[in-house]
Amino acid sequence: MSDHDYRPKSKVGQWFNDRLPLLTLANHLTDYPTPKNLNYWWTFGGILTFCLITQIVTGLTLAMHYIAHADMAFESVEHIMRDVNYGWLIRYIHANGASMFFLAVYIHIFRSLFYGSYKAPREIIWIIGIIIYLLMMAAAFMGYVLPWGQMSFWGATVITNLFSAIPLVGEGIVTWLWGGYSVDNPTLTRFFTLHYLIPFLILGLVVLHIWALHVPGNNNPVGIDIKKPSKDTVPFHPYIVIKDGFALLMFMIVFAFFVFYAPNILGHADNYIEANPMVTPAHIVPEWYLLPFYAILRSVPDKLLGVVAMLSAILILAVLPWLDTSKIRSAVFRPLYKQFYWILVADVLILGYVGAMPAEGLYLLIARVATAYYFLHFLVILPVLGFKEKTLPVPLSITEPVLGGSPNLAAARNKESKIE
Amino acid sequence: MSEKKTKRRDFLFTATTAVGAVGAAAVVWPMIDQMNPDASVKALASTEVDVSSLTPGNTLTVLWRGKPVFIRRRTQEEIDEARKVKMEDLIHPEKDEDRAKNPEWLVMLGVCTHLGCVPLNDKGDYNGWFCPCHGSHYDTSGRIRKGPAPWNMEVPKYEFVNANTIKIG
Amino acid sequence: MKNLFKLFSIIILIITSNSNSFAAEKVEYLKTDWSFKGLFGKFDRASLQRGYQVYTEVCASCHSMKYLSYRNLAEPGGPEFSEAQAKAIAASFEVTDGPNSDGEMFTRPGKLSDKFVMPYENVKAAQAANGGAYPPDMSVLVKARGGGVDYIYSLLQGYEEAPSNVSLDDGVYYNKYMYGNKIRMAAPLSDGLVEYGDGTNATVEQMSKDVTTFLMWSAEPHLESRHQMGFKAIVYLIILTVLVYFSMKRIWSRVESEV
Repeated sequence: MSDHDYRPKSKVGQWFNDRLPLLTLANHLTDYPTPKNLNYWWTFGGILTFCLITQIVTGLTLAMHYIAHADMAFESVEHIMRDVNYGWLIRYIHANGASMFFLAVYIHIFRSLFYGSYKAPREIIWIIGIIIYLLMMAAAFMGYVLPWGQMSFWGATVITNLFSAIPLVGEGIVTWLWGGYSVDNPTLTRFFTLHYLIPFLILGLVVLHIWALHVPGNNNPVGIDIKKPSKDTVPFHPYIVIKDGFALLMFMIVFAFFVFYAPNILGHADNYIEANPMVTPAHIVPEWYLLPFYAILRSVPDKLLGVVAMLSAILILAVLPWLDTSKIRSAVFRPLYKQFYWILVADVLILGYVGAMPAEGLYLLIARVATAYYFLHFLVILPVLGFKEKTLPVPLSITEPVLGGSPNLAAARNKESKIE
Repeated sequence: MSEKKTKRRDFLFTATTAVGAVGAAAVVWPMIDQMNPDASVKALASTEVDVSSLTPGNTLTVLWRGKPVFIRRRTQEEIDEARKVKMEDLIHPEKDEDRAKNPEWLVMLGVCTHLGCVPLNDKGDYNGWFCPCHGSHYDTSGRIRKGPAPWNMEVPKYEFVNANTIKIG
Repeated sequence: MKNLFKLFSIIILIITSNSNSFAAEKVEYLKTDWSFKGLFGKFDRASLQRGYQVYTEVCASCHSMKYLSYRNLAEPGGPEFSEAQAKAIAASFEVTDGPNSDGEMFTRPGKLSDKFVMPYENVKAAQAANGGAYPPDMSVLVKARGGGVDYIYSLLQGYEEAPSNVSLDDGVYYNKYMYGNKIRMAAPLSDGLVEYGDGTNATVEQMSKDVTTFLMWSAEPHLESRHQMGFKAIVYLIILTVLVYFSMKRIWSRVESEV
């Protein structure tokens, strides 16, 4: 990176920059050399930043009107929807924003899985990403509790009860989480506090995530290292900024459609019924983005093992860089992995589907098979594949496929050597 | 030819930036407006007070829009005292006749115009009100006479619905 | 580009089909043409006003609407009664206020800022008066039921004789659209039950449609401005997207690479 010798032009700029090198940072961010062959799957990092900021801004404004009290929470949400100026808009953006955030994060994660972005030297970026994902789930779950509807209340009851699976101390932990003998006002107020805090933790981790990214630089669809920055990369601004911006706008059109024309389609009708500790809804389901894990939880007949399976399903991702033994990053050059990748995608979608269905009969069977396959993929298929798979020849530089897209590797190689 | 191209490109970038900026500004407005009084607050903008039990020389304090309103039934001496004051002696000249249409009744916001404290009744050098925070003295018409406050206490919009009921706001 | 678009459509398809499947029951609801559906959907004012009449003359004796205020009746996007009409409606209700200076609660005619008067003091009183069943608050009822307006509309017309294999307890009725088919509410509507001021024939079907429209508005009072704003926002976003697309093409034309 060539920004170390950056010096502001103006005297004032130099004076300031010598004391706090913000201008150097800004220069680094604008000039940051980005592989020029990034496709649109790489725009979701920017989209996720937008999602986080949107959630924080709308969340702050909602917090100005929301009342975290079991007797008033539901009413205060109705107050926001009816009386607060643009309250309905802000709340619908926030509620649907959570779904859009997860939609984007899943694409981001599966992009990384396809192109092997988690592999050396980018393991730390990946692990920070997994922590962010965990925090997102925590924030989303607690946020869903705040309106204090039936799904809020029973979702909170069911999820906190997961901790009772822990031997010996489980019950004590659940009581401690609740601040009482059931989900009640103390639970609501602490969830509100944490829901307010977590996004800022995520923000801090996002800074680390990007910092860690800027050390080795971006991975790219070909999955090989940058050979010649002058040839293979473009400066982040304006090339990537405008491209991210274009993708973000497409994303916002979808987002706007949900907010303005189907604001409640992703939610559950029961959450418009005020929480009632005496009546459980017929069918408790989490929000769509947690369904695959919910399916894994329910597919195991033992309480403790179910919880362990669900947690493992997430935590297994953290060790993925060491489970995948292949030296080749991009699935483009891994014909077998590519197929297993799409099977995994289908597997997770199936898990999501059965997660929404009652846990009985055929659904339960499918959930069990899909759960088993999920772990099989990471624990067996990936490690074995690295040794067995016959990979395709990898180009020498990313300019090569960009220029020719040519199957004629020899010609490209010749050209490359001539230039050198 | 190439000059033409540059111009068109410039126009495209300018248009994109301008349209983007308009959108960004439009998004900011709801975030600001949500802090303005909401529909339920605006709906409570008027209140009716029963003043039948108020005898001359006494003050009733009621809450209106979250602020105290003094309703004073003045004695004849208080009215005379308020009406004989010369305009040039006032910091913020206002006729008592304009402040109290019905001389017996003085209705005003019980908020000191200095920094918003509530002045004390029947106190101060002018037999009216005295603000304990920074020592502003108001006369029997609620006009500022001495101290740091810049204006007289504000008279809100009000009307007598009937002989016993005042509607404020 | 194409991939991205494909992905968006696939994911939206999955999400929406998934969430549709959350609706527990797969009964075919009665359909009618709701004026508030669609890109430019608006409420039918006359229907809202009639719906309010049905609510207040029929439903309100058991069902509360605690999040609505009388002022809402005159607000834009709703039934849009005139301010004078809304004031008169409010004044026709006795509202408990206080305490006064003697510490006593007292009643007075309602004002625009008052919430809709509740039929029962509290949930227990409502249950006691209705054989243990609580008539749910109707403020957001449409959003709190899986089938939404179609469900409510159908339910109101779904009363019929119980099939011979279904035995009903006292105070329980058969409704083919109700979850489990058993409902504690007797058929609330019958032809000519209310007399509409505008001369509309008060059939059960008409009243169901009117009151359901009214309930949709009460659950989503800003639906009209949402639709209007949404259309503008999406048109704006499309214009900006096109502009950014061409700007991007221009910028990337400087490097020998495709976007």
